Amino acid sequence: MKKKWYEYLWIFSAAYIVLGFFNILFAWLGIICFITPLLISIAGGGKAYCNRYCGRGRLLELLGGRCGLSRGKDMPGFLKSRFFRYGFLIFFLVMFSNMLFVTYLVYSGAGSLKEVVTLLWTIKLPWQWAYNANASPWIAQFAFGFYSVMLTSTLIGLAAMMLYKPRSWCIFCPMGTMTHLICKAKSRRLLSEINTQNT
Amino acid sequence: MSDNKPLRAARKARVDVKNCAACGCCASACPRKAISIIRGLFAAVDNELCVGCGKCAKACPAGYMRLEAAQ
Repeated sequence: MKKKWYEYLWIFSAAYIVLGFFNILFAWLGIICFITPLLISIAGGGKAYCNRYCGRGRLLELLGGRCGLSRGKDMPGFLKSRFFRYGFLIFFLVMFSNMLFVTYLVYSGAGSLKEVVTLLWTIKLPWQWAYNANASPWIAQFAFGFYSVMLTSTLIGLAAMMLYKPRSWCIFCPMGTMTHLICKAKSRRLLSEINTQNT
Repeated sequence: MSDNKPLRAARKARVDVKNCAACGCCASACPRKAISIIRGLFAAVDNELCVGCGKCAKACPAGYMRLEAAQ
């Protein structure tokens, strides 16, 4: 079977992580991965982003599937529960807002630029080699913050891939949960019909 | 594919519609393109195309896709 172009999108995800080691400003490209899925869902395209175009999903599929880096076990019930999915989304949004606020502080001059990448929201890694002071401090601050979000979630995704099935991350991915909620909101009538049929 | 008649199998894939996250792992794993994601809500299996190979069940990260005896 001929491969579709979007099956190569894992290159984008892998390149994104690698580029961040050379110049942190590449982190801004990650906005594509945040805006595109939301726009597709709002425009009525469902979860086409998750289903086809998500570079991270493709990367996890490749590493866990063909490269055999996954145990291939089912996820524990807690990780796939709605409580965890929505809880993780809220946690993610709070941490994301915090990152935006820190960027604002640098923009307004109330805070200073910190050339660190924060892993798992706690571990601060010095990252000054990837920034040569050629942009406004707030632009760099956003890049460091955004790259921290992307690197952290990639690592969680890889850990879930190794422990469980290749694309286990997709079940609790905050972007996936958000697009799922948008799709649910857009199809409220259809969903209530299904619910009444089932009961 | 047009030369193949729909195959009959003892088992068919079945989705847990209520919990499905619509990630699409099953749809990309299906060799017969029998699975589609409906409006980004959940996966749906076309029983005419499904041959019960189980690749979707293996791909589903949450185990919401199972093989069941066809009615």
